[in-house]
Amino acid sequence: MQIAVASGKGGTGKTTVSTSLALSCDTAVQYLDCDVEEPNGHIFLNPKFDHSEVITAIIPELDEEKCTACGKCRDICNYNAIAQFGENVMIFPEMCHSCLGCFRVCEDDALISATRELGVLESGMAGDIEFVHGTVRIGEAMGVPLLKAVKKKADPEKITIIDAPPGTSCSFVESINGADYVILVTEPTPFGLHDLKLAVEVLQNFNIPGGIIINRSDLGDDKVQAFCKEQNLPVLMEIPFQRKIAEGYARGVNLIDTVPELRKDFNDVLSRLIAERV
Amino acid sequence: MKEILVLSGKGGTGKTSIIGSFAHLAKSKVMLDCDVDASDLHLLLSPTTVEEHEFIAGVKARVETDKCTACGLCEELCQFESINMEETAVISKLSCEGCGVCAHFCPEDAIRLDENHCGTWYISDTDYGPFVHSQLFAGEENSGKLVSHIKNEARKVAEKTGAELILIDGSPGVGCPVIASLSNVDMVLAVTEPSQSGKHDLERILELAEHFKIVTKLCINKWDLHTELSDEIELMAEKRNVEVLGKIPFDPAVIECQIQGIPVTASESSLAAYSIKDLWKKLQDSVAALPAKKAVSL
Repeated sequence: MQIAVASGKGGTGKTTVSTSLALSCDTAVQYLDCDVEEPNGHIFLNPKFDHSEVITAIIPELDEEKCTACGKCRDICNYNAIAQFGENVMIFPEMCHSCLGCFRVCEDDALISATRELGVLESGMAGDIEFVHGTVRIGEAMGVPLLKAVKKKADPEKITIIDAPPGTSCSFVESINGADYVILVTEPTPFGLHDLKLAVEVLQNFNIPGGIIINRSDLGDDKVQAFCKEQNLPVLMEIPFQRKIAEGYARGVNLIDTVPELRKDFNDVLSRLIAERV
Repeated sequence: MKEILVLSGKGGTGKTSIIGSFAHLAKSKVMLDCDVDASDLHLLLSPTTVEEHEFIAGVKARVETDKCTACGLCEELCQFESINMEETAVISKLSCEGCGVCAHFCPEDAIRLDENHCGTWYISDTDYGPFVHSQLFAGEENSGKLVSHIKNEARKVAEKTGAELILIDGSPGVGCPVIASLSNVDMVLAVTEPSQSGKHDLERILELAEHFKIVTKLCINKWDLHTELSDEIELMAEKRNVEVLGKIPFDPAVIECQIQGIPVTASESSLAAYSIKDLWKKLQDSVAALPAKKAVSL
């Protein structure tokens, strides 16, 4: 079963919730950190990595001797990654989406398959938790292929917790795509509510069941609660602001170690989602 | 005209609350929200829409089912796993990246490429001056293009109004929209919080700004939630030659202002408001000290 933890707004507590769920699970569990731009799960779970691989994208490289400057590769490229000035063909590898169209239209065998590094995927164990994350290379704009590589490690035999990136654009959608349930973590503020509404819209479009966890539930107003009621969204849990929690988080201590009695609450949330699925 | 961009790496460190206060404090400026998929700055500025435009970028493939023979070639060619074969080919609009390879090679000419309407952008009036903002539709992938587009629009507004500054709210992360928002920026103000996550993500955003050779200053928000980590971050900034321009204490007044829908500094003087005013003063001095010519053009 795949449970994705997402939010819309950043900094609401996705990583706190997803690492807590992984730590509270009684059965075989995986934690996949899909926030490849800013992965933080390792700070709280301290995995021992035993596997690391560079994830690359295929890009074209020009064999100038063979190129006849026919213009076909430039014409098929929808990303402006290939330009031609007179007889000179230029390739901009950072614009390439690896659709391979240029290779397929070239009749002179003038494009060589090269690679661009997207980032690194690492995996290992954090206690009993199978841990996987990806870290996008600084300066790389395309995170989704690395995110997909992380998601490919999902094991259908296990409970898979997916820590999603903030926002509601393509990387968020890619993270929740295929999930059996999405937990949206929010805070009871106007920013939290505004971005929650956008995220809920995506869940409804995808027809994925979802529930809400309200973090720092006493710092704000009651509009998130009202919205959940109106939309029939279950509020799975509320976590009030505690200086102790904020301090533990600051030091990189996971929530279950800071407040051990919360293990039962997170375990109850998991049991509820597993029961609802059957 | 100078462009100042607020970034953080990690989400929720306070970018929008800070840029919203700068909107209140700065004299001659245009505001721009580059957090295009979860934009919140409008919630502090009460904008009145002056112009509303569709944002169209790229294409999406669509199957003309009466022509499709379900030969399976497009599914084989698609590198984005967007095509499944049922009675005809079925293309997932969400994962299609609009490369057009399927349409080019379809032997039945059964695939059309439609223009992709993927968001809306606005020019608005606020009590604090002109404001350019947008909403990318959920699940869209053209966030970088939309950022570049509204940046250009904000520059046009600034030229027309003679504004001296463009104040830009950025996205979390280090990816596509962040890289697009960095183009031609004169200064980045990185906002972090005293946590291991905040520090980890800050280091990556500093690396990114360094990569593009953009002058970067730092602000530690909620610094008193963990003073030791705040000190650690200051030390790290010093090693990287990044000046800490200000530290803002944790103050419930920030959330109260958000609930009222006003910038922190627009309310009665709170500790946070006082610190942000001080930060703004120092930031102005730093901007004045910048070389007249743009540092870099991407």
